[in-house]
This record gives sequence, C-alpha cells and structure tokens, in this order.
Amino acid sequence: MTGALFLGWRYLAHHRFKSGILIASITLMLFLPAATRLLVQDSATALTARADQTPLILGARGSELELVLNTLYFHAETPAEIENQAFVDAQSTELATFIPLHSRFQAQGAPIVGTSLDYFDFRDLKIVSGRQMGLLGECVIGANVARRLGLGPGDAIISSPETVFDIAGVYPLKMTIAGVLDAAGTADDDAVFVDARTSWIIEGLGHGHADLAEPEAGAAVLSRRDGVVTANASLTQYAEITRENIAAFHFHGSAASFPLTSIIAVPPDQKNAALLRGRYQDNELLQLVVPGNVLDDLLETVFAVQNYVILGLAILSFATIGVITLVFLLSQQLRKGEFHTLLRIGASKGYVAILVASEIGFVFLLSALLAAGLTLVTRYYAMQILQTFLSL
Amino acid sequence: MINISELSFSYRERGSNLASSFGMRVDEFTVPLGASTALVGPSGSGKTTLLGLIAGTLRAASGNIIVNDQAITDFSDNELGQYRIRSVGQVFQAFELLGYLTVIENVMLPWYIAGSGVRADIRKRAADLLLDVGLESKLSSMPDELSQGEQQRVAVCRAMLNNPPVLLADEPTGNLDQDNKQNVVDLLVEQAKRNNSTLLMVTHDESLLNKFDSVLDMRNVAQPLDVKS
Repeated sequence: MTGALFLGWRYLAHHRFKSGILIASITLMLFLPAATRLLVQDSATALTARADQTPLILGARGSELELVLNTLYFHAETPAEIENQAFVDAQSTELATFIPLHSRFQAQGAPIVGTSLDYFDFRDLKIVSGRQMGLLGECVIGANVARRLGLGPGDAIISSPETVFDIAGVYPLKMTIAGVLDAAGTADDDAVFVDARTSWIIEGLGHGHADLAEPEAGAAVLSRRDGVVTANASLTQYAEITRENIAAFHFHGSAASFPLTSIIAVPPDQKNAALLRGRYQDNELLQLVVPGNVLDDLLETVFAVQNYVILGLAILSFATIGVITLVFLLSQQLRKGEFHTLLRIGASKGYVAILVASEIGFVFLLSALLAAGLTLVTRYYAMQILQTFLSL
Repeated sequence: MINISELSFSYRERGSNLASSFGMRVDEFTVPLGASTALVGPSGSGKTTLLGLIAGTLRAASGNIIVNDQAITDFSDNELGQYRIRSVGQVFQAFELLGYLTVIENVMLPWYIAGSGVRADIRKRAADLLLDVGLESKLSSMPDELSQGEQQRVAVCRAMLNNPPVLLADEPTGNLDQDNKQNVVDLLVEQAKRNNSTLLMVTHDESLLNKFDSVLDMRNVAQPLDVKS
C-alpha cells in the first residue's frame, strides 16, 4: 500500500509539468466558485452590517444607491448635493439626531468627509493618538490613511485640487492632523474627517486672506465703493488655517445654501423613524432612504449574478473534469507497459489500481489544499477587495 | 528445482484469427536446482511461453509445474503474485525499468510491491548489488541517463533483490552489443551461482551458450498443440 503511494508520488514528482497543469486546473476549478461565493457572502455581510447600523439617510432625490454608497463608503461617485438648510430643517423636527456629511473632495487618495463630532459617537470611532479636531482646518485621519501615508498627529495633509489648471479656482487646503482614529475595519479607516465648515472652505465657499483694510493690501485693491471692496488676484490667500490667521477666515453667502452630500438620521425609536419617513415621503427635492433596504435590492441583483457566474463556472468545471479524465485515461494507455511490468514482477491488479488512485488522490489533495489556501487568502483580503470595488 | 509434467497450454486472443493462436504440450521438463540453463529454439517454439508458465504470468490448461516443491499450477492469482515476488527474479529483453524512479529505487521495486522487510536493509541490499555490478556511482541517476548495458545491469540487480531461488531471463541480451552481452550473461550466471539460484535464460545467441551448465532446445522440450479445434 505505502509502496503504491510512493510510486504514485514519484510519478507525479517526475512529471512535474504535467502534474502542475493538472493541479492548477483543478485548483482553479475548486477555488473560483468558492472564492466567488465567499467574496459575495462576505461583501453582503459587510455591506448589510454597516447599512443596518445606519438607520436612515436623507439626501437629494435621484439614485438611492449612489446616496447610500456615498454616505456609507464615501464612494467616489458624488450624488447630487442638498443645501445645508435641509439639515437645519431636519433638526427642527426633533425626530432624530442628524449628522451632516459632505463627502466630495480627496486628500492624497483618501476621501475628505466633512461632518460633525456626532459622527464619531454614532460610529463609535475612538481617537487612538492625538486628540479630536477642534479648530477650523484640523482633521482626524483613519487608521489606514495614517499607516499608508505614514502620518500622525501634528503632521499635515493637503486636499487635492479638483481643477488643476484653473488658477482662479479652489486652492488646496493644508490641514493639520489633530488625531488618528483606531482601526474599525470599515470605510472610516480610509477617510480624512474634517468639520463640515472646513470642507466648505475646501470648496471655496469660505477663505482667508490679508485684511484689505491694512495698508499692505492696498496694491491689490481695485475699488472701494459703498462699503464693497474689490481686489485683484494678487491678494494673498491663506492655504493653511493657523491660530494666527484663523480670524481672517470667513464665508461668503448664506450658510443655509452651503452644500451637503447627505444627512444621517438616527431616530430614537421606530415611531420617530416612521414619522420622519412620512415627513419626507412626498418631498420633491429630498428623499429619506433606509440603507438596508437599498442594499438588499442591490444584493438581490448581486446574488442573481453570482448564481449565473457559479453556473458558468460549474459548466467550465464539467469541461475541465472531462479534459482531466481524458488526460488520465490517455496516460493510463501510455503506461500499459509499465503496469504490465509491475504485474509481471508480482504486483496484483489491486496494487496497480491503488497506484493510479493514489496519483489521482494526490492531484486532488494538492489541488484542494491549494484551493483552500487561496480561499483563505481571499477571505483575508475580502474586505480590502470590497473597499477597492466600492471606491471605484 | 523446476519440474514440469503433462503440461498443455493454449492461447487464442479473443476475436483474433488462428494465426495469432498458439498451443504447446510439455510431457516432461526438469531443470536441476542451482543449474544455469540456456533455452534455445526457433521463434514461435514456446520459449517465452514456457518462462511465462514458470513465472506464473500464464496459466496452464492442464498438467503440473512444481518449483522448489511448490505446485504453482494450484496457486490463486494472489498466491502467484506472492510467488513471483518471493521466488522468481525476472530479467526482460527491454529492461523495463520505470523511468520515474532512480536506479536504486528501480532495484528496490520488488520491495515497493511486496512491502515486507525493513526499508534500510533493503536499500543496503540494493546498494550492495549495484556495487557488485559497478554502478555504485549511479544510485541516484535516472534510467535514461544510463547506457543500455548499464540499464540491463540494473534490471539484473532488480531481479536479484530478494535472492530468488529461480531466475528467469527472456533474451536479456537482445538489445545489447557483443561486449555488453557477454558482461550481462556473466553477471547473471555469476549471481545465480552465488545465490544458488536456478537460472533459465532464453537466447538466440549461440556465442553465449558455453557459459551455461546445460542447453535445452525447445523443439525437444515442447510439442506444438493443435488449437484449431
């Protein structure tokens, strides 16, 4: 018995190329359906978990999915914006705790999320080093951002300009990192959090510059008429908010019209949730969605696609098994002489059968081990794969 | 000792014509213990068949084959397998080494099949045999790295691994040049003598016959059998 196993192993080891191709084929045959199912299930679990923790999302009418994905994962595809007035109005209902979100800009590949301190309590995000943001222009960064960019409290991160060649457009803002968040294993790890007002400054709705009343700014002043001062582009604008220049920062226009991408609503109970949903049911500009329901619809489609993919892989597997069977049969045909020698020396037919079975067994065992290993690696990186997919 | 009496054998391949059918009868045939015997005769006279019957790879229709007091004609298939492993060493014309095993693993092949005995002892025995035939530096070589003469020496070592009382060689020099022929026959006769094995070798080469204790012409051993009926 062990002799037959040894001969089987030696045969496979000697014919490495052929064995390698067989093992690779069977590994893929086992791994692909398993990995597809695993990825979809893990993704579904992760998606629904974060969605279920977010009771309601208020946003502009349009794609519910874009609204939810942007709110939960700061998806690069920005949904239609709503005005800050919607946040003020929502708060006046006193039916829930409302958390504003303005997620449109990026800093070195990480989404900048303008929000309020309530967001950190709501997501149970803890500062692991440094402190919470307290001043305009400060930020706290997620664990992955800190690790990836090698940043910590006291360092700075610069927002990426949206229009590089527009010299009259929005300038990048250098933000001071006040603290780093503990790893949460969610999209929050990959984000840069700022106060909503800081995100409005990045958008160009607020800025800081030299005082036009000071004589040093005189050269930049074009006219002073009826209290309105007009200056040219030579006026020094601040690209960083410091304790020294923070007083120079101000907003133009009405804060009520400033943009938000969504508002998370956390009602205290079902009754308030129902009242709130009723409140926005017929609103022509705003929609209040239940993220879990939206993602359930998405997952239904994903599961349907998954079933088609697995069906396709199953058909491919049958074809692979057919080819592998053919290879084995042809191989047995070519090895008739070898088996005849074994029988002539004294081996039984059972021994030859065990020899062949051991070769098949080794191939399938190695393939199964490889497939299991690959599946474990895939599971380990499942969340990263999901995050990458969602950030596209 | 090998003793055959009243033996008949016929072979007809299923679905084949009569041309591929064969039959023979052996009334009495004896090879003494420890003797080296050359078996000669024209093609188709039944030399290889006789070796197959003694090795137990072919079954007689009737009659007796007794090898060292064992009536192998009464053996089951499994018993015949055990008998071949323990009592018969075989050397084939085409060497029949396994290409995926090293030289020493090929010599140890009977042990890989039988599985009895301590591996280390068997390996030492195989290495000693290869040392005897001058292949001590080729233990880890693959068969395709050896010359034909070397391959046949490995095949002889494989046949000798279990110290078999019977050594059967079916034209083992058929694929070798003259020098290698002489060397391999010398080796077979020497190993058989050293081990007191009964050597029965089929050959067409008359230049080798003087190395054997006796020479038997198959035409005097077996008579053709009419298998048309």
